[in-house]
Amino acid sequence: MSGAERIAAAFSGCKGRAALMPYMMGGFPDLETSLAIGNGYADGGADLLELGVPFSDPLADGPVIQSAGSAALASGATLDVVLSVALELSQRLPVVLMCYSNAILARGTERFVGEIASAGVSGLIVPDLPLEEAPATAESCAAAGIAFIGVAAPTSTDQRLAAIGEATQGFLYTVAVAGTTGERGEESNYSEVIARVRKHTSAQVALGFGISTPQQASAAADAGADGVIIGSRLVREASESSSPAEDCQLLVEQFAQALR
Amino acid sequence: MSETKLEHRFGPYGGQYVPETLMPALAELEAAWLSARVDDAFQAELGRLLRDYAGRPTPLYLAERLSAAAGRTIYLKREDLIHTGAHKINNALGQALLAVRMGKRRIIAETGAGQHGVASATACALLELECVVYMGAEDIRRQAPNVQRMELLGATVVAVEAGARTLKEAVSEAIRDWVTNVADSHYIIGSAVGPAPYPAIVRDLQRCIGDEARAQILEREGRLPQRVIACVGGGSNAIGAFTAFVGDDEVELIGVEAAGEGIESGRHGAPLTAGGRPGVLHGSLSALLQDDEGQIAEAHSISAGLDYPGSGPEHAWLRDSGRATYVAVTDDQALVAFEQTAQLEGIIPALEPAHAIHYALHVPSDSDLDLICLSGRGDKDLAEVLKLLGR
Repeated sequence: MSGAERIAAAFSGCKGRAALMPYMMGGFPDLETSLAIGNGYADGGADLLELGVPFSDPLADGPVIQSAGSAALASGATLDVVLSVALELSQRLPVVLMCYSNAILARGTERFVGEIASAGVSGLIVPDLPLEEAPATAESCAAAGIAFIGVAAPTSTDQRLAAIGEATQGFLYTVAVAGTTGERGEESNYSEVIARVRKHTSAQVALGFGISTPQQASAAADAGADGVIIGSRLVREASESSSPAEDCQLLVEQFAQALR
Repeated sequence: MSETKLEHRFGPYGGQYVPETLMPALAELEAAWLSARVDDAFQAELGRLLRDYAGRPTPLYLAERLSAAAGRTIYLKREDLIHTGAHKINNALGQALLAVRMGKRRIIAETGAGQHGVASATACALLELECVVYMGAEDIRRQAPNVQRMELLGATVVAVEAGARTLKEAVSEAIRDWVTNVADSHYIIGSAVGPAPYPAIVRDLQRCIGDEARAQILEREGRLPQRVIACVGGGSNAIGAFTAFVGDDEVELIGVEAAGEGIESGRHGAPLTAGGRPGVLHGSLSALLQDDEGQIAEAHSISAGLDYPGSGPEHAWLRDSGRATYVAVTDDQALVAFEQTAQLEGIIPALEPAHAIHYALHVPSDSDLDLICLSGRGDKDLAEVLKLLGR
């Protein structure tokens, strides 16, 4: 089964409800704990897992994910460490890797894609690789059976949405608000964002950025999202809790409950 | 200047490695600049401000005592004499006018040495724009007078506490602000770095340095210089000085980076000189200090303006194509040139161009006519230099 097929199976396994797609920072706070957190996500009811590769200068991330990345690097996280997490967790659920472009260039695109495929990764999101810069990476992914997942933003023009919506594999990562990752109090206009991208894609629409409470997750699902991505809220739990795996699992259970 | 597109790539370098949220804003910016740079009214307004408000053209000064010390004729392009004390105002005024043209009334800027922050704050005061400047906490400490200046001009200075708390982190935080507030804000990037079209816009706005200097030296000497020498952090004063001379094959172009504590120490800001694999930082592919995993390394330089692990993509291409040469000068050497320039010429240079001056004074050459871009004045560096010199 290719990565795109495995992702599609995960969405169809949700039987009409929105998929729960929690994000975790690979190697944070350390390798062992991050494995436990990922298993907690799976036990708590995650349908797909988004796994971040720590980067020194993550332009799309707010303070919580930035500092988790810095802490992971300080504790010795490398791409190999993150891929060892992927290898184990991909036994349980589809893993989508979120990685900035310089880490891919550093490894060499072909080799990078080969290594993530060997680690069982199903899809790749590169937050700083817009459509124009993506062709080489997308081609390598296609050849290796990895879904190269496009990103749509609220600021994208219709013309860009059409091209991104056409090119994306697996699902369309839809950014709910202009900004960086991070918890937000308000529910932005999810229905409008989702309706707009739907016009331009036949892919599953997963909504992320700023969704930090079960109520917001439920609102995103009601607004028509096929998947709901929860990032900073969970990463904050992982950084603040004294028993991160258990507490993250509890939170994921609450999000899963909200989507039922 | 009638191209329908600005350069997105310089050889393999450049590009637009940014979140999708910013892509439409980059397209809007490119269209706005393409129309503004051929709009007579816009150019007349920018020309008027550069002349009457900022003080262009800046003088080309025959530095006789530096010449005697070097054993060859040295001219200094006096960007230190322009309003706000550095070449950064050329770019800040142009981009602030462009923001007004785009209907964006909130300006974001980053700053290392503080010169670009002061220039942006100045342009914003003049044009009634809101101004937010991101600055690393370490730079706020070592460039205190410029922080006071920005605040007096009405700007909000935001301290950035991440990483080494210098220019790299300030740029990252400025870009994050722009991602969040892109609808009503324009990001005035201060150097010839960042995603396309920024490196081309900054070059277009800084090329007045070399355009003026080329005409001035032809008038004075009846010939072109043998060498044009400028310091390179991101590389805006250097690209500004070089551009007019790129077509003059006989003129050697030399960019001087920060060797910090020495290239071999690993503590420097000289990605073009040190070589190595190119990488992506702040939206473009260029020469970069990084580790094997692609994590960006911390730069080090005595001068905040050169304390940056990246470099402008056009410089990386000028290097690879053989048109320009990049070298590096250490912290200690820059301090020597700082004092020498003060004592021999009565000019206190910024620590950044002190690197370029040291190279011209102390590295043997067959050249008999050098043109150095004195990109800014050194008042901002006094406290730090005096402390380092133990006075």
